Amino acid sequence: MTDGHVDTYAQDFRSYCIGGLLALVLTGLAFGLVIFEILPYFERLLALAVLAVVQIVVHFRYFLHIGWHSHRDDLQLVLFTSLILFLMVGGTIWILFNLYERMM
Amino acid sequence: MTSESFFSLLGTLTPQDISFVQTFENPVMSEFIDGAAGSVLVIGAITTAVLLTYYRGWKTLWFDWLTSVDHKKIGIMYIVVAFVMLARAIIEGVLMRYQQSIAVNDPGVLTPDHFGQLFSTHGSIMIFFMAMPFITGVINYIMPQQLGARDVSFPLLNAISLALTTAGAALVMISLVVGKFSTGGWTAYPPYTGIEFSPGEGVDYWIWSISLTSIGTTLTGVNFATTIYKNRAPGMTLFRMPLFCWTSLCTSVLMIFAMAPLTIATLMLALDRYAGFHFFTNDLGGNMMNYANLFWLFGHPEVYILILPAFGVFSEVISTFSGKTIYGYKSLVVATMSIAVLSFTVWLHHFFTMGQGANLNAIFGIATMLIGVPTGVKVYDWLLTMVRGRIRLTTAMLFSIMFLVTFVIGGLTGVILANPPVDFAAHNSLFLVAHFHNMVIPGVLFGMIASYQFWFPKAFGFRLAESWGKASFWCWSIGFYLTFMPLYALGLMGAMRRTVEWFRPEYLGWLQASFVGALLLFSGFILLIVQLIVSVRQSDQRRVPAGDPWDGRSLEWSNSAPPPEYNFAVIPEVSGQDAFTRLKQQGQAYASPTDYEDIAVPKNSIVAPVIGVGAIGLGFALVWHIWWLVAVSFIIIWGAAIARSFVTETERVIPASKVRADHEAWLQQVRESATAPREQEDTSTNVGRAEVIA
Amino acid sequence: MNRQPVLHPGLNLGSTDEYSHAQSEPVIFGFWVFLMADLVLFAILFATYASMSVQGQAGGPSPTDVFDLSSAFIETMLLLSSSITFGMASLALKYKADRSHLVFWLVLTFCLGAGFIGMEVRDFWIMTQQGAVPQRSGFLSAFYMLVATHGIHVTAGLCWMVVMLLQLLVLGRTTQVKLRLMRLALFWHMLDIVWVCIFTFVYLFGVAAL
Repeated sequence: MTDGHVDTYAQDFRSYCIGGLLALVLTGLAFGLVIFEILPYFERLLALAVLAVVQIVVHFRYFLHIGWHSHRDDLQLVLFTSLILFLMVGGTIWILFNLYERMM
Repeated sequence: MTSESFFSLLGTLTPQDISFVQTFENPVMSEFIDGAAGSVLVIGAITTAVLLTYYRGWKTLWFDWLTSVDHKKIGIMYIVVAFVMLARAIIEGVLMRYQQSIAVNDPGVLTPDHFGQLFSTHGSIMIFFMAMPFITGVINYIMPQQLGARDVSFPLLNAISLALTTAGAALVMISLVVGKFSTGGWTAYPPYTGIEFSPGEGVDYWIWSISLTSIGTTLTGVNFATTIYKNRAPGMTLFRMPLFCWTSLCTSVLMIFAMAPLTIATLMLALDRYAGFHFFTNDLGGNMMNYANLFWLFGHPEVYILILPAFGVFSEVISTFSGKTIYGYKSLVVATMSIAVLSFTVWLHHFFTMGQGANLNAIFGIATMLIGVPTGVKVYDWLLTMVRGRIRLTTAMLFSIMFLVTFVIGGLTGVILANPPVDFAAHNSLFLVAHFHNMVIPGVLFGMIASYQFWFPKAFGFRLAESWGKASFWCWSIGFYLTFMPLYALGLMGAMRRTVEWFRPEYLGWLQASFVGALLLFSGFILLIVQLIVSVRQSDQRRVPAGDPWDGRSLEWSNSAPPPEYNFAVIPEVSGQDAFTRLKQQGQAYASPTDYEDIAVPKNSIVAPVIGVGAIGLGFALVWHIWWLVAVSFIIIWGAAIARSFVTETERVIPASKVRADHEAWLQQVRESATAPREQEDTSTNVGRAEVIA
Repeated sequence: MNRQPVLHPGLNLGSTDEYSHAQSEPVIFGFWVFLMADLVLFAILFATYASMSVQGQAGGPSPTDVFDLSSAFIETMLLLSSSITFGMASLALKYKADRSHLVFWLVLTFCLGAGFIGMEVRDFWIMTQQGAVPQRSGFLSAFYMLVATHGIHVTAGLCWMVVMLLQLLVLGRTTQVKLRLMRLALFWHMLDIVWVCIFTFVYLFGVAAL
C-alpha cells in the first residue's frame, strides 16, 4: 500500500500526544489495579495482560506509526514476528510447566 | 596460581595449556595425535604466510579481499573458510570412525577426553563453521545477481558478519593449540557443561566461538531479507524470482528469528559459569531442562537454515540440466514457506525423552511428521522437472540425483523417529546419528558441492574438470552409504552415540565397514581439492568468458565470467520467470544497452577486519579470563564501528564511459564467440555462450 | 503538500526532505528487521522468567519480597516521558530547519533515560544489600538477566544519543545523520514497549502474587 497521509506538523504532533495520554492512562490503570487490589487474583492478572497488550498496540500505532496504512512488508513482518513470539513463548511456558509437574 | 585481577597479563593461561607441551609431558598416542593436529595447523599457517610473501600477495590479500565489501568477494571468502574447516572436521570424523572400529574390548588410540573433544569440535565445526559459512557464501555470491541487484543492502555489515564468523572459526582453531575444547558435544548441555562439571576453558571456547558466529548470522539474515525485499531489479516481483532466491529469503527469515534463543542460551550458560548464576544448575532453582528447550528452539530452525539453500540449489541445478523450467514453481514457493513456518513448531522432538507428558510429545510428533509433507512436494516437483527433460549428467546433476534418493531415505528414518514411543528406544543411539547425517550429507553437503560445481565457472571464469568431479561424486556417494548404513543397524542393535569404547563383539564388522566408508568420504574431499588444482593449472582449456556455460535460466548467467564489480552494466528489466532464458529466446541477451550511467560502488573499509581481530581478542580473552584484554577488545570493536560512522565519503564512482567501454568490449567478445550446444558443454568449444533453444 | 507514500515504520520524512525519504526505505526496513530479532531475544528472557519466577525461588526471596512498586512506577514514568520527548525530537527533525529544537529534545530524552538507568541501578543496589543477588536463586538470576538486558539496551541507546549529538555538531543534518536518528527513534520506542511488558509481567504480576 503506498497511499500515504499528508504531512502536517499538527497531525504528527497529535499522534504523539494521543499516544502519550493513552499510555499514561493505561499505565495508571495497571498500577492502580495492583496497588488497590481491585478484582480477584486471576481476573486481575488477565486485566493487567490485556492492559499491556492494548498499551503495546498504542505504542505501535501512535509512536511507531504502524497500522493498516503501513507499507505491507512492515506490517507482514510485525504479524509474522507475533506468530513466532507466540509459538516460542507459549511453547516454552507450556513445556516448562509440564516438565515441572512431572519432573521436579 | 595465576591471579584473576583485572591486570593479570595472561589470566588463567599457563605454559601447560599449549598442546605441544602436553604431548611432551604425556607422550601417549592420544596426545601425539593431538600434537600432530596442532602441528598441521601451525605449519599450515606458516606455509600460507610464506607463500603469500613469496608471491607478494599481502597487498592483494588486504586491498582486494580483506577490506572488500563486495558481496562476491565476501561470498568467496566464506566458502574458503568453509573448505578449510571442512578439512579439519572431516579428518576428525575419520579419526572417530577409526577409534570406534578398533575399540571393541580395547581402549583404542584415543582417551575418552580426547574423543569427547573430537565429537564436540566435529559437530560444532561442521554446523557452525562449515555448513553455515558455505551456504552464506553461496547465497552472498549468487542471490544479488539473480535479483538483478548490484550488491546486498548493507555491504559493510556483510563484511562484518564474515569477520565475526571467521573470528569464531579462528577461536576453534586456536583451541587446537592453546588449551582444550569442550567435551560437551555441539549441543553443550548443562549441568555437564556448567562450571561444576566442566571447570576448564573448553566450554568457554565453545560458548564464545558460537556466540560470535551467531551474531554474525543474525546480521546476515537481516541483510539478506532486506536485499530480497527492497533491492530487486525493476519488474522482478517476488513471484518472478528464481527459486534459489525464495529459499534464500526463507533462510534469512529463519536466521533472523532462530539465532536469538541460541544467543540467550549460551549467554545464560556463560553467566552460570562466570558469575555463579542459577539458570541451569542442579541447585538453587536452576532448570537444566530449559537449556534443552532454548537450544532446540534454535536448533531445529537451524537445520532448516542449512537445508533450504540446498533445496534452492537443487531447483536451479535440476532445471538447468534438464533443460526445462522448474516444475510447479508456485507449489515449491508454498512448500518452502510452509517448511519455514513449521520449522518453529517441532523443536520438542529433540528431547522427547526428557520427561514431558505424552500429549505434549504427541502434538510435537504430529507436527514433525507434517513437516515432511512440503518436502515431499518438493521432491515430486524436482522429479517432474526431470520428466521429459533432456538430462545432462554433469557433476552437479549427479549430486542432485543422488540427493533425491538418499535424502528421502533419511527423511523416512526421520518420520520413524518422529514417533515418540519409537524415539524412546532410538534416541541418542547410532540410529539417530545415521539419520541426521543422512539429512546433512546428501542434503546440505551435496547441495553445497553441487552449487560449487555449478557456479564456479561464473565466479572464476573457467570450468572445473568434470572427470575429477565425477570421481569425487562416486567417493562421496558410496562413502556415505558405507559409513552410515551400518550405523542404522548398530543403532537398532543398541549402540549409543558418542561412545569411545565398545564391549559387544557383534558390533565390530559394522564398525569396520563404517570406517572404510569414512576413508571413502575423505577421498571424496581430497578429490575435490585435486579437481581444483588440476582445473586451475588447466584453466586456459576451460575458459568461459562469455559467462553462460550451462545455458542458464536466471540473471546471474547474463553477465561475464567473472562478473564485473558492479554485476550489471545496466540494471535489467524483468518481465517473467526464468528471466535470462526469456532474454535469450527474444534475442535480447547480448544486445547493447542504449544508455549507460555512472555507477556508485562502496569503497573498501578496514572496519570489518579490525572488528574481526577485535572479536578474536575478545573471545580469547573471555576464555582465559584476561580481563584487561576483554576491555581493550570491546573498545576496539565498538570504537571502529563508531569511528566509521563519522566517515562521509563511503562510495566511489565508476564513470559511465568506463562502464560502456568494458561492457561493449565484452559484448563484442561474446558476439564473436561460437555458441556451444549443450551436448558439448564439457569441451573446449564451450566458451560460455550457450546455443539458444527455442 | 504532496502525498508521499509511507515507506517505513516510524515517522516518515515525506515531503519535508524528499531525497532522504527516498533513501530511507531499505535502511529503516533493515533496522526494523533487526528489532524483530531483538524482540525474540526479550521474548525468550520473558519465557524463562515466567517459569523461573514461579519454579525457581529455591526458598529465597520472592517477588513480593524484593520488588518496589513505587520505584517501578517512577521508572515507567521516566521512560514513557522519554518516549514522548523523543517523539518531539522526531518532529523537530522532520519539520524544523535548524538544530536547536532537535538538540533540546534529544538532551531532554537523554536526561530522562539516564534517570531511568540511575533508578534501576539504585534498585539493584538495594536488592543486593538485602541479599537478593542473582546467585541466590534461579528466579533472581532470571530477573536480573531480563531487567539488566533491557537496561543495557537503554544504556546503549543513551551512548547512541551522545554519538548522534556529536554527529549533529560535526556533520550537520545530513541524510545519513537523519536516517540514524530515525533508527534510534525506532530503537527507543521499542525499548519502551519492552518495558511495558517488564513492569506488567515482572513487577505488577510479581507484587500481585498470592
